[in-house]
Amino acid sequence: MVENGIGVSVLRKEDNRFLIGKGNYTDDINVAGQTHAYFLRSPHGHATIDSIDISAAAASAGVVAVFTGDDLAADGIGPLICGVTVTSDDGEPHRAPAHPALAQGKVNYVGDHVAIVIAETLAQAKDGAEKIAVDYGVLPAVTETARAADDDQAQIHEVAPNNMCFNWPFGDKEGVEAAFASAHKVSKLELINNRMVTNPMEPRASLGEYNTGTEEITLHVTTQNPHVHRLVLSAFNQLAPEHKLRVVGPDVGGGFGAKIFVYAEELVVGWACRKIERPVKWTGDRTEAFLADAHGRDHVATAEMAMDEDGKFLAMRVMTQANLGAYLSTFSTMVPSYLYAFLLAGQYTTPLIYSEVKAVFTNTAPVDACRGAGRPEATYLLERLVDVAARDMGLDPAEIRRRNFIPKDAFPYQTPVVQCYDSGDYVAALDKAMVLADYEGFPARATEAIARGKRRGIGLSSYVEACGIAPSAAVGQLGAGVGLWESAQVRFNPTGNVQVFTGTHSHGQGHETTFAQLVTEQLGVPFENIEVIHGDTAKTQFGMGTYGSRSLAVGGVAIAKACEKLITKGKKIAAHALEAAEGDIEFADGNFTVAGTDKAMNIGEVAFNAYVPHSYPEGLEPGFDENAFFDPLNFSFPAGTHICEVEVDTDTGVVEIVKYSAVDDFGKLVNPMIVEGQVHGGIVHGVGQALLEGCRYDSEGQLITATYMDYAMPRADNVPNFDVDYAPTDPPDNPLGVKGCGEAGAIGAPPAVINAITNALDIKHIDMPATPENVWRAAQGAA
Amino acid sequence: MPIVNINVNGKPVSAEVEARTLLVQFLRENLRLTGTHVGCDTSQCGACVVHVDGKSVKACTMLAVMADACEVTTIEGLANNGSMHPMQQAFMDNHGLQCGFCTPGMVMTALDIVNRNGNDLDDSTVRKELEGNICRCTGYHNIVKSVKAGAKTMGE
Repeated sequence: MVENGIGVSVLRKEDNRFLIGKGNYTDDINVAGQTHAYFLRSPHGHATIDSIDISAAAASAGVVAVFTGDDLAADGIGPLICGVTVTSDDGEPHRAPAHPALAQGKVNYVGDHVAIVIAETLAQAKDGAEKIAVDYGVLPAVTETARAADDDQAQIHEVAPNNMCFNWPFGDKEGVEAAFASAHKVSKLELINNRMVTNPMEPRASLGEYNTGTEEITLHVTTQNPHVHRLVLSAFNQLAPEHKLRVVGPDVGGGFGAKIFVYAEELVVGWACRKIERPVKWTGDRTEAFLADAHGRDHVATAEMAMDEDGKFLAMRVMTQANLGAYLSTFSTMVPSYLYAFLLAGQYTTPLIYSEVKAVFTNTAPVDACRGAGRPEATYLLERLVDVAARDMGLDPAEIRRRNFIPKDAFPYQTPVVQCYDSGDYVAALDKAMVLADYEGFPARATEAIARGKRRGIGLSSYVEACGIAPSAAVGQLGAGVGLWESAQVRFNPTGNVQVFTGTHSHGQGHETTFAQLVTEQLGVPFENIEVIHGDTAKTQFGMGTYGSRSLAVGGVAIAKACEKLITKGKKIAAHALEAAEGDIEFADGNFTVAGTDKAMNIGEVAFNAYVPHSYPEGLEPGFDENAFFDPLNFSFPAGTHICEVEVDTDTGVVEIVKYSAVDDFGKLVNPMIVEGQVHGGIVHGVGQALLEGCRYDSEGQLITATYMDYAMPRADNVPNFDVDYAPTDPPDNPLGVKGCGEAGAIGAPPAVINAITNALDIKHIDMPATPENVWRAAQGAA
Repeated sequence: MPIVNINVNGKPVSAEVEARTLLVQFLRENLRLTGTHVGCDTSQCGACVVHVDGKSVKACTMLAVMADACEVTTIEGLANNGSMHPMQQAFMDNHGLQCGFCTPGMVMTALDIVNRNGNDLDDSTVRKELEGNICRCTGYHNIVKSVKAGAKTMGE
């Protein structure tokens, strides 16, 4: 094993600055002459704006400027866009209502942006905002996902009759109907996938600066994908041409999807700094994050499984209504469609699947990707349905899964829902997880718990997800507006140290460490001499950013390809210097060697020769610096089995997770310590959804869970330690043999937890979040 | 405007502040000690924890004037001559952080836990004591491990 190379749990390079208080998050950056912005937001869920009077605000102490939607429109800025097209059942593209960055004539959710007030201090900006007089005509609000398309509901957007964004049927409807008609048994389940607020701990922020000399805007912003921000802000929002816009995502305090999207605040701040020719800084507070960050999940669905007499799955039918909120966020349409329905096969051989997704508008914050994005919704539905099927068939949940798993010799496996899985061994993960969880010993533990007046339950979840997002041609066919390749640049400096530029973005994932491990493994340069640089469009060549567990599976491969190019060029340089034929040069452990001799040259010396090419191969370009792009051939398909064991106090409804075991297949692990941390964090995100987190609006569209006192985030005493292990397979479609690990926990955990609770209480179903009240009520009904 | 005199990380600081200035604003904006973070507005998340006269305080819930004549320690004040404090080192060694945003508050709370509960901590104590600090990245598993390990080293 290479020192600090692939497979080693190297401590993280980035930790020092975070631990000594020298992280550099957007709000930590201050520039000379900066002003402070505050957004006046709609207090109503649904209302017309009959008039706005900003005169008192503009005259308020310290206020520099006040802008409304009219000012943006006059400059031709915006509207915000959604980058993925879904074709509705009428053959038309999804309905896309205009999404102005500052409201024009109407507000559609509490938190919608009405005006920006810019002042010398934040307090003065807030004082100014209080002096804006807005005359609202309050309208009835649409807030229920299941009812949003009903005839009696208010109409939010003219272009979207019945508040429908799209109705997207997919699959073999007639085939599924026929299979259901002749099935031995049909299991059916209605469920809710509860709305979540993504809640990275760092609230969103932006700092815009305009250089009147170069006419360039620099926008520091809490982003997971600086180049995507630049592209969208330039090409679609008319903020500035790409070459006159620099987007920097410095240290970012968690993303989980919420910082992928291009938000109103970022566009308006970028525009306003040019308008007033002074830097403008906006930092959201937590309440604003609850109100105006894109939310996640929020489905109601009905799922049915048709089975034969052995419990073999014959066909599945899923009807889903998905809430997209008031407007379409950047990638919102693809979350309940392609990222959802294409995962409905799960780990099973179900030959026929039919899905219908109705996506609706409501007077709530826009809904978009949240850790897992569509895949947690698909997995929760499927893995709950499988448990109900096991209950209906009188089979152990592990046994019904085993009977329906795609066998390990069937890969590559074409599912009936587009995806072709390249590798997997689902039985291996299940077996290992059952040992880790001591599944065999569970009945004894359940009996012992009853003696103490408690009820124990055990729940399985066998998930598969699609990561390594994504093959450009495949997503292009589906309606994506961008390609999803990744780029890398690996640059030797003349003195032999290395700078790696990646288009992915780390906001907690540890790329500065993991990617340096890749390079030390491949090029033999000491780990400490490698620096990974990301997050600045002025530094890195291009990139699509970080989401969908794509950074290593796509961005890592681009780095490896750039390293290969350096080795190829290095052989030419070494051959010249060592007076040998290029074909005789071998590269290993950082040294170019003439085969069969002890004549060798270190890669650092080769780099020096490339920059000081006094004696150099004729016709070869100087320099030792290579770029590479990688467009994946396929998604990657991490999978695994998670087993949760709970103890329920039926008197109080309190659920304690007493043991949680996860066995995942992520392919090859580059840094096992970091991977394990990703699994832990993902599981707790999923446990949060299962037990604690529920975003609620009232019937007028007021968000009644807008603080950490009303919205229960998982805390240290809500969760146990975790038992994590792996059952890897080698994915032929990924050149590095990796699959991605960032979302697995959030996908695997919710059904594992709920399956454990339904097992403990011997009930068919309980909706998330399974709060003490909900569990207590269910326990009373079950008793 | 009132004048505050605070000893911050061993250095005396004197400044004129608006009476409504929160301690966290004073640290971040006046002193540019941006290691102390603001993650919420209801005193729940703990990203802003500092020590005032040796006790942990949420700096978002205390006015700067209330810290007058006090000794304040922030995350920037823990390292000694370029070496991390054992608790900081324990977070690094045990992968007790990911995005780093909650980390300063976690470390400052961890030190307070050790001050009140000693060096031999069990999981349950650490988890209960971390109730006022939220992390979205780590799932807490490695934070608990870090706090226990840091506490142990501090006792050696």
